[in-house]
Amino acid sequence: MNYDLESISLVLTYSAMAVYALAFILFTVDLAGRAASEVQSEPTRWLRAAMALLTLGWLVHAAAVITRAISANRVPWANMYEFGLTTTAVLVAVFLGVTFWRDIRFVGAFISGFALLALGIVTVNFYVTVVPLPPALQGYWLIIHVCVAVLSTGFFATGAALSTAQLFQESREEGKLQGRSWRFLSAFPTAAELEALAYRILVIGFVFWTFTLVAGAIWAERAWGRYWGWDTKEVWTFIIWTLFAGYIHARATRGWRGRPAAILSLIGFGAVVFNYSIVNIFFKGLHAYSGL
Amino acid sequence: MVSRRFSEPGALQPVDLADSTSDFDSPDAPRKNRLDAPIRGPKLGPLEFLRWGWRVLTSMRTAIILMVLLAFASIPGSLVPQRSSDPNGVIVFRNTDPDLFAVYDSFQLFDTFTSVWYSSIYVLLFVSLIGCILPRSLHHWRILRAEPAEAPDKWVRLPFRRAEPATGGVDAALERAETTLRRARYRVVRDGSGVRAEFGYLRETGNLVFHIALVGILVTLAVAGGYGWNGQRVIVEGQTFTNQLASFDTFNPGSWFSETQLEPYGVSLKTFTAEYTQRSSDDPWVPIDFTAELTVTDDNGTSEATLKVNEPLAVGNSQMYLLGNGFAPIITVRDPDGVVVFEQPVVFLSQDSNLTSVGVVKVPDGLSEQVGMQGFFYPSAVELDSGALASNNPEPVNPAVTFNIYTGDLGLDSGQTANVFQLQTEDLTLIAGRNTGVDVVLTLGDVFTLPGGVGSVEFSGLRRFIGVEIRHDATQFGVALGAFFAIAGLLASLGTRRRRVWIRAAGNSRTPKLEWGGMARGDDPRLDVALDKLVERSRTITPDKVSTK
Repeated sequence: MNYDLESISLVLTYSAMAVYALAFILFTVDLAGRAASEVQSEPTRWLRAAMALLTLGWLVHAAAVITRAISANRVPWANMYEFGLTTTAVLVAVFLGVTFWRDIRFVGAFISGFALLALGIVTVNFYVTVVPLPPALQGYWLIIHVCVAVLSTGFFATGAALSTAQLFQESREEGKLQGRSWRFLSAFPTAAELEALAYRILVIGFVFWTFTLVAGAIWAERAWGRYWGWDTKEVWTFIIWTLFAGYIHARATRGWRGRPAAILSLIGFGAVVFNYSIVNIFFKGLHAYSGL
Repeated sequence: MVSRRFSEPGALQPVDLADSTSDFDSPDAPRKNRLDAPIRGPKLGPLEFLRWGWRVLTSMRTAIILMVLLAFASIPGSLVPQRSSDPNGVIVFRNTDPDLFAVYDSFQLFDTFTSVWYSSIYVLLFVSLIGCILPRSLHHWRILRAEPAEAPDKWVRLPFRRAEPATGGVDAALERAETTLRRARYRVVRDGSGVRAEFGYLRETGNLVFHIALVGILVTLAVAGGYGWNGQRVIVEGQTFTNQLASFDTFNPGSWFSETQLEPYGVSLKTFTAEYTQRSSDDPWVPIDFTAELTVTDDNGTSEATLKVNEPLAVGNSQMYLLGNGFAPIITVRDPDGVVVFEQPVVFLSQDSNLTSVGVVKVPDGLSEQVGMQGFFYPSAVELDSGALASNNPEPVNPAVTFNIYTGDLGLDSGQTANVFQLQTEDLTLIAGRNTGVDVVLTLGDVFTLPGGVGSVEFSGLRRFIGVEIRHDATQFGVALGAFFAIAGLLASLGTRRRRVWIRAAGNSRTPKLEWGGMARGDDPRLDVALDKLVERSRTITPDKVSTK
């Protein structure tokens, strides 16, 4: 245990939040600027500045995760605070990574805002100091099971951002969202393109979630003697898996594509957030070692 | 750049399995959107009605609705304590609110996952799934053995179209194209001056494997679940557990359990060690290691074994898991003449992280009256300002036991099984302990003489105990296999693109050309890039010697 690094990690976390806040403001300024402009709106220099800040924030954030891991001498996802810290870092990394592949900078405001909010809530409410792992959490299954859970949460969040954009865009294309304040949507891809993009990202999240479920079952067998026992957390893992399975099928079914599929994806992400927050804090069950 | 949609509005509908006939697989493709036609109910006869019901059940939208229903129906299972995972929670619920308990229980809310309503959802879902994958498997089987399909009539509708000069003549160019496609692992058929090719059968194969594996998991659970059993047992250091029904503290047999399934073996606990640490002297102690050293005796003789959390021990056909631990003070009770009437380690159940524990001693025989004692155990006893004891360390630094001692009828002779951790004190007389003026606080080795010449109580030793679960689960192998195939199928399916390519000769004899056309099933943003690459490669590739039709 290295307690100096632990406090450095916390300082880095707050610094990352500050930079994310600036990035969020610039992303919003960019969208507002595009909403105000009369011509077909192009990304502004605000957007480039916002992306630079988000990248910087992410580097600081990643440093916070790494120092936390070094100070605890283990993987940085053994309690709710660490899970939140690492998951938001993965979320921003997924977003930054996808921008190399497709230009999805238009959801930057959503991503930076969500990361800022999540990181703030987690740090203020769930912060715990580094303690050694209890026997139940020792072993490589913690590394595998929670790692894939972190990854899939990052992908689900990015997918939720795109599905949200898709819902707005769909309404706009139907002529329901007119007027100056919605003009920024013209900078977004079409609803169909947003849907295709969200689908590809959510499918990756679904694969990781399937791994989470199976790895969790194997670990549960090792630790508790049964691979599945409908513990509250297992129930919610199953609910999330089923919802996203429904989403994937909806995407492939005429009459369910478009808005219904996007709503399903958002319900699924809502369940992910619920599972992490409400279930961890208020529901009792075998997973109750969040460190709160 | 953002993902490209495969077709313009009004052109081919690319994605659904059962789309227009010019799409893949599909004139009569099983499942999915056959319900688009208006449904006319009233004219149906019984047979048609059944057929209509089957079509509704096996349609994709029913499957989606059932999936969402299943997700929502699971929620009560996390809100209401379940008999399967939290039996104590159910008892507490019943005691605190008997009326609501009756209402909930009538809806089987305490058995959500075995309830009639929950079961009907997943049974319907799986019937729907089987009704879907059977015809789809047959269909895919035929496709797998069939040649790539003919080019569509409306070439211009193909999302990918290129015209290439046929350098070296049509035949040579076709030969090169064919080789290119083969090396890209397309299934290729040449007919005359054209080529048809198809790639990505693994997409549907993987998809079917995934779904069949899910059915396999459910069938395994239904068939093998009944052969499992599990039981719990507390073992004190020095004690031996023998694997037979009477040795378990609690035992849960599957529906088809028979006692012969319990293989004979014995496990004795030599030592149990727990390690704790704290960040600073103000912080709580946290456990960092629990290790039980065991001696296992079975058909193969006697061997040493170690049992830890997360590291179960395989014995016989079962697995043993370390689930709990605590202290078992040895209590010795003597009659007024000093004859030992009771001497054994008594299991105390821990209540907090410093292992303050509670336990009960019952001495029915040997004394002039039956004696019952409710006790607290403190591994490291310290006196608080209030005068009460507390434990400030989970390790036995200063072990102490306190008792409330009762005399009277312990109710052990009534024939009913009594809970060893509970003492019914209503009909008993408190003779020593809290509020009697005679506190009973024993550190290791202390003796307390019972008032009224009944006898004496000694805290004569200290052992640790472990709580183990012993379990045989016949479903594990099948479920693990199913999960493996499900993941493999999922990855194969999602990682594969289904594409079709046609090539035909065009142009005139002076400037011969090859026309390439291609399409994908489902979203395939990389279709153009991938096929352009093939066209490019076909310009320079050296053809294999392939047989042509």
